[in-house]
Amino acid sequence: MRRILLGTAAVVALTSAAFAQDEKTFSYAFQGELKSLDQYTLNETFSLGTLGNVYEGLIKRDGDLNIIPGLAESWEIVDDTTWRFHLRKGVKFHNGNDFTAEDVVFSADRVRSQGSDLTTRIPKDAKFEAVDDYTVDVHLSSPNPILHYEWGTWGIMDKDWAEENDAVAVTSATSAGEDNQNYAALHANGTGPFKIVSHEAGVQTVFEANKDWWDWDNRDFNIDKVVFTPIAQDATRVNALLSGQIDMAYPIPVQDIPRVDSNPGTDVLTGPELRTIFLGFDQMRDELKSSSVKGKNPFKDVRVRKAFYQAIDIEAIKKKIMRDLSSPAALMIAPQLYSKSDQFKRYPYDPKAAKALLEEAGYGDGFTVMMDCPNDRYVNDEQICQAISAMLAKIGITIEPNFQPKTQYFAKVLASNKYDTSFYLLGWTPGSLDSWNVLYNLNNCRNEDGTEGGAFNLGGYCNKDLDALTAKILTENDPDTRDELIGDAFTIIHDDVAHIPLHQQGLAWGKSTNIDLVQRADNELMFYHIKKN
Amino acid sequence: MIAFIIRRLVQAVIVMVVVALIAFSMFRFVGDPINQMVGIETTPAQREDLRERLGLNAPVPVQFWRFISKAAQGDFGISYQFKQPVADLLAARAPATLELSLVSALFALLVGIPMGVYTGLRRTAPLSKLFLTVSLVGISLPPFLIGILLIFIFSVSLHWLPSFGRGQVVDLGFWTTGLLTASGLKAIILPAITLGLFQMTLIMRLVRSEMLEVMRSDYIRFARARGLRARSINFGHALKNTLVPVITITGLQLGSVIAFAIITETVFQWPGMGLLFLQAVQNVDIPIMAAYLLLIAFLFVVINLVVDLLYVAVDPRIRLSGRAA
Repeated sequence: MRRILLGTAAVVALTSAAFAQDEKTFSYAFQGELKSLDQYTLNETFSLGTLGNVYEGLIKRDGDLNIIPGLAESWEIVDDTTWRFHLRKGVKFHNGNDFTAEDVVFSADRVRSQGSDLTTRIPKDAKFEAVDDYTVDVHLSSPNPILHYEWGTWGIMDKDWAEENDAVAVTSATSAGEDNQNYAALHANGTGPFKIVSHEAGVQTVFEANKDWWDWDNRDFNIDKVVFTPIAQDATRVNALLSGQIDMAYPIPVQDIPRVDSNPGTDVLTGPELRTIFLGFDQMRDELKSSSVKGKNPFKDVRVRKAFYQAIDIEAIKKKIMRDLSSPAALMIAPQLYSKSDQFKRYPYDPKAAKALLEEAGYGDGFTVMMDCPNDRYVNDEQICQAISAMLAKIGITIEPNFQPKTQYFAKVLASNKYDTSFYLLGWTPGSLDSWNVLYNLNNCRNEDGTEGGAFNLGGYCNKDLDALTAKILTENDPDTRDELIGDAFTIIHDDVAHIPLHQQGLAWGKSTNIDLVQRADNELMFYHIKKN
Repeated sequence: MIAFIIRRLVQAVIVMVVVALIAFSMFRFVGDPINQMVGIETTPAQREDLRERLGLNAPVPVQFWRFISKAAQGDFGISYQFKQPVADLLAARAPATLELSLVSALFALLVGIPMGVYTGLRRTAPLSKLFLTVSLVGISLPPFLIGILLIFIFSVSLHWLPSFGRGQVVDLGFWTTGLLTASGLKAIILPAITLGLFQMTLIMRLVRSEMLEVMRSDYIRFARARGLRARSINFGHALKNTLVPVITITGLQLGSVIAFAIITETVFQWPGMGLLFLQAVQNVDIPIMAAYLLLIAFLFVVINLVVDLLYVAVDPRIRLSGRAA
């Protein structure tokens, strides 16, 4: 018996060694799991980015996030409210089916159906029409210059495959398990450069290069196989990279960057991320929920908000806490996403001016306010909040810290709990990579329970002029005029100190030195940019 | 006897229901599962719709009743994050945890007993002192730290053993095992040591004190006087008598090894039930958390029940006092 076991072990070991020689395997770890293979289930960067290697959209984003043709070869705006997309011919899904216009129409319906978390990808009232097998028209009810902006993460699915496998409905925890509804959660059938060979949720996912990919001849990668393992523990993830067991791991905690860099064979690739970290104030309630000020809301006074702004030494946070892995922000959107961003400057750090502003507003003796802050969501979020508390203490503001895990933090501050916060830290990346998303979601007036208006404007900042501008920006088709309008809108929220933008946090990807890859600012890892020497 | 068993079974069921109730009420403080199930741009209306469809708006007693009545039939619902039946997920992860627990228990026994015997017989030998010091470290350092330390030495510095994962596994249909491949065997060494170190120390100290006790007893002295060989006295007579409590402890501890594998599994990204549980906590995946807690409670209840029944079988006095109570 023992001999048989040893024999089996030897055979398995030999075959695995043989495999390792013929093919180039790229293995990597990320802190989160790939929760579902159904790309419409969860609107989350990691899932969508990973599945972006398997499924493709009509458009793609290149390494610098510019829009380039994907499954659509070209497109044009026929009239103000009609777009025409010319589809690529000869594209096949992984199961061999042809990609045609009916798959696009099907996917457009599916992505807007109940249970889909990607409903923002296409306006509700947009009508998709297959003109012929390789042309699709989109009819809109109003002009929309950014119709295709979010399509880099909207992958097209095969209609026949979905129908055959009972996967027409989007996988969700409420539908899965009944009959065969979760087929698409565990199987994938895209047109992309990689196919999924095996998927064990939360454990491991294996991908294989798709030799029948339409752009195979122009490919920019040389790996044949990709193995993904989720590793939530920072120490374990870093050690896995240092021990050479994996080729890449991300994110690398900022305090571990020197260790990975000094280790022979590994280095860290850093760069700015699109996410803007900012502070927000409750400007809606007549009295703050958790503060020593009674009967009025100090945050309704722009001088108080500006005092908070000027009391924060953003350079100190950058140096001491972020270890230079952050770019201080003057805007609520990453500078690379807006052409005129260099026109905006932060209010200078000036505790004296801040103190004077507070006095002017009638709070010379300061006050106490509770700060809500997540401690496991953004890079060094809790340390940032602690530093800010200390800085605010210098102008007489006492912060009552309420720093908790993201699960509890979001449960408290979002609409589901009636925006129970007076002062908070949040991060935001616009899914469309466009300013309108930021203006609308974070700065437009909302009603009390968030069902109308900017649902993520947690503090309820409200300015009718800004709302009017935002509406105009949504439908303005001329890019130059549009950028002017966006500039006007950002000027309003800057003058109003609607929020305090802090910084763009940095990306830190640890990798083996024999790997070449492209680090996209949206933190998506594209296998088709990876070369292994 | 039958009345006693029935009474114990009823008690066991009550314990399970209480555990389920406590676990269930705890979930209300873990956070909002909806936020983990959708992206940040999802509108409040869509979130509310999802909450309604998941039945989270129902009163707590109603939710609890739904949960417990389904759980009694072995249906633990669908994982919020993975959209798969929880029972399937647990079944897929169970082999990893059980293999790890078994190997670490074996490690604890095979290393702990000889070390205990040695330190018991040669109390003053330098090696004994070394063993005792090492065992002190094993008891006082948290497993998290021990795991990181082992990874640092054997994976990062020496490159001998893998730092995470199960290596290559063989699927036997009903069971996936890492014990049949070279990489699987290498992968289990560090986590098994991390998980088993505490038990090993416990067993070693237990064997040592029992040995010290036994060696002082009369029958050992008589055995010596009769001129029996030391080997036969130490192992044939002394060790055999020390093993009874060791077996009891090992049986009882096996439950906690499985339950406390959570930390070790996290450090080594060992794809077992403990890791699944921790991922579930981070994602507020209530169905997984509930099923796992019930499973562990069930394990302890069964172990305790078996132990009680064995005692009754062995010692009639317990039966009598049981009736009196």
